Amino acid sequence: MLSWLKPQRIRGGVHADERKASTSTQAIVNRFPLPEKLYIPLQQHVGKPAEPLIRVGDTVLKGQLLAYSQGMISAPVHAPSSGVILDVNDYPAPHPSALPIRMIVLETDGKDQWVDTPEIDDPFQLSPEDISLRVGAAGIVGLGGATFPTAVKLNMGRENHIDTLIINGAECEPYLSCDDRQMQERSEQIIDGVRLMLHGMETHHAVVAIEDNKPQAFYAMAAAARLFPEIKVMQIPTRYPMGWDRQLIRYVTGREVPVGCRSSEIGVTIHNVGTAYATHKAIRHGQPLVSRVITVSGGAVGKPMNVEVPLGTLISELFAFCEVDAAQTARIVMGGPMMGDSLPHSGLPTVKATSGILALTQNELKSTDEQPCIRCASCVGVCPAGLRPLDMANNIRVNQLDAAVDIGLKDCISCGCCSYICPSNIPLVQYFKYASGEVAARQQAQHKSEQTKKLMEARQARLDRIAEQQRLEEEARIAAKKERDRLKAEQEAVV
Amino acid sequence: MMIHHKPASGAHVGANLSVSQIMWRVVLALSPATAFGLWLFGWPAVFLFLITISSAVLFEAFCVRLRGRPVKPVIMDGSALLTGWLLAMTLPPWAPWWIGVVGAGLAIVLGKQVYGGLGQNLFNPAMLARVALLISFPIEMTTWANVSPLFFANSPGFAESWHITFSGLQNLDAYTGATMLGYIKTEFSQNRLLPDILKDYSPALNFIGWTRGSLGETSTVLMGLGGVWLIREKIIQWQIPVSLLVTVAVLASLFHLIDGDHYISPFLHLNSGAMLCVAFFIATDYVTSPNTPTGQLVFGAGCGLLIFVIRTWGAYPEGAGFAILLMNSATPLIDHYIRPRIYGRDRQGKPLEIPKL
Repeated sequence: MLSWLKPQRIRGGVHADERKASTSTQAIVNRFPLPEKLYIPLQQHVGKPAEPLIRVGDTVLKGQLLAYSQGMISAPVHAPSSGVILDVNDYPAPHPSALPIRMIVLETDGKDQWVDTPEIDDPFQLSPEDISLRVGAAGIVGLGGATFPTAVKLNMGRENHIDTLIINGAECEPYLSCDDRQMQERSEQIIDGVRLMLHGMETHHAVVAIEDNKPQAFYAMAAAARLFPEIKVMQIPTRYPMGWDRQLIRYVTGREVPVGCRSSEIGVTIHNVGTAYATHKAIRHGQPLVSRVITVSGGAVGKPMNVEVPLGTLISELFAFCEVDAAQTARIVMGGPMMGDSLPHSGLPTVKATSGILALTQNELKSTDEQPCIRCASCVGVCPAGLRPLDMANNIRVNQLDAAVDIGLKDCISCGCCSYICPSNIPLVQYFKYASGEVAARQQAQHKSEQTKKLMEARQARLDRIAEQQRLEEEARIAAKKERDRLKAEQEAVV
Repeated sequence: MMIHHKPASGAHVGANLSVSQIMWRVVLALSPATAFGLWLFGWPAVFLFLITISSAVLFEAFCVRLRGRPVKPVIMDGSALLTGWLLAMTLPPWAPWWIGVVGAGLAIVLGKQVYGGLGQNLFNPAMLARVALLISFPIEMTTWANVSPLFFANSPGFAESWHITFSGLQNLDAYTGATMLGYIKTEFSQNRLLPDILKDYSPALNFIGWTRGSLGETSTVLMGLGGVWLIREKIIQWQIPVSLLVTVAVLASLFHLIDGDHYISPFLHLNSGAMLCVAFFIATDYVTSPNTPTGQLVFGAGCGLLIFVIRTWGAYPEGAGFAILLMNSATPLIDHYIRPRIYGRDRQGKPLEIPKL
């Protein structure tokens, strides 16, 4: 009865038009024609880029290691199909800038022939450390879009003795339905992946959280999990950004992750359903992460669908397969329409982070006709992080970035709720991204000038020291000369 | 390969409510009460209403042109029209034409554009203009026309109404009187007690608005319906109206219970004049009210308290305008001190402590 006195578990958020039906009602398409060339970036994860160990001209098999993980936080990259390495060079990245990054170009031979993938009969005999190692070696990263190396998270979970593993099946972004379809069609495998993750983290309790707009996925997952009492499947309210890890953690466990902490420090780790599926494939079948399910949707898409594609497939080929109308396409978005990045063109590869590719028409886009802020405070009401976007934007507009930082710029998660709701069409997230970049650049510049100042001071000290030394030597010389003259005079006087 | 060179950050999709749509919905919510008021006070009210609104729009266009900005988009956002509309609602219905023009000028030029236009003003433009008019032209601003609906036998015709608005009212006393609150205040000074003063008071007529008062504010029921509709449409939040009305009701009940001869009942407070108009349409002005729910509760309560204090002990029978302006000036302070708690931080902005497991 006193539940309303407890701290609220969901804050802010918007109920965006879902537009999932065009893709969520049909099965995942598995017959994507193998592209002739695959462009595989060496960095598809948070952390250091992988280091290539193949040479141009090498013949590789599907699943063969192409580049190895470097350092503590990194992930290896494997060949998405069999063929010949054409090039290792800089190509445009799937990023709004499309700046070149290092990629391996693989010419496929059409055989799609796997390397040896050892099946394991009872992976629960493996040690938890071994599970982490295998997940790391399979190049698995968070497939919800965060792309944090999964093995590192498993290790952190084990070291922090976490009590709850949350599997994120919220899929709160509009349009996207790849997780929904996977939960419907691959529930057994996902639940197996969850059990393997539990084993790898030595944890005994998992919660699969699914937004209540996906009843089919919920029933499938609940059915798959019924034999495993350690896994609880629950429905959560449909409200963007329910899938924000910290919001989900608060909703499921009632705990709030302090700023600057990782969730494992409060006993919770969160993984995406796609990651659980990839874990199942890596441990049970020895298959590394070489493909993923991508939602292709939007008003300009003739045949919207969820399709399993090899990593490194160019978006243009995906668009050709899904019959995207180029004339209708006003914006290409990688990811969901709330947080996704707009891409400058379609000649960019899909990567591990690509949950969806949208070809949006002008009608679907938010108007860019910017008007003055009327302080309606809708943005304050929808902010899940508890910020005041309008005040931050006002500070940024007059270049008072420090003031914006003081009122919470660094706590912004770029979820896009404020931009979504703003009746004046103010691109608030754009302001915040700009300001965050500018603050980082200024800090760097300040650091640099401090370093320069230090060097200057050191140089000055050195010069002073040398001058002082020279002065002392000069004085000594003069003194010596005087002494010599005196002695000489004395001698002469004696003589 | 498709090429789209314009980078943009999320959200790529958006809610469908624009600024002008918000303004038009507020106008829509005001229209029943307005239509009733125009009918109730006849042609002079219609003239004053049209003059005030068109002056507001013209002043806005003039200022925007002076700043060298394109005029049409600014006019089309509907904010000047709404300001003029709200001001007209609060004027005595038979006030001369120049009251409307001067009021619109004060509201748009002094109340809004000198601060930099839409969204920049500290005070509610309509209330600023109304208070300035009340202080500058006390006679015109306190001359309340009798109820004289359009097309009724005793009501002035078109020509006579034209005369009233543009040449001034002759034979004042025949057509005018005091508002309920004004009457009570005057009678208190004659040492009469409430039960005696309120012999002729009809709650029902006041509820539907059949009484002397400002052009569009007399009808409690129409104002209330418009306001509730705005809350349902999520144009305004419930915090300000509720805290304002509850504060007035609680204070009025308290004093009425202690001394029913000198303090009017909460019902009479809520059922009179500008109370609902202020609660739903004026105090909820986005620009001049706080932007957090808690801040809005404080703001509403402050408005309610000041309205009650001015009505009860002040020199003016109606205190809404002054109360709103005073609380408007407190809005930046409220927003400074009342902030939402940031996720993962305590109220002071420090990171939360890691709970012991």
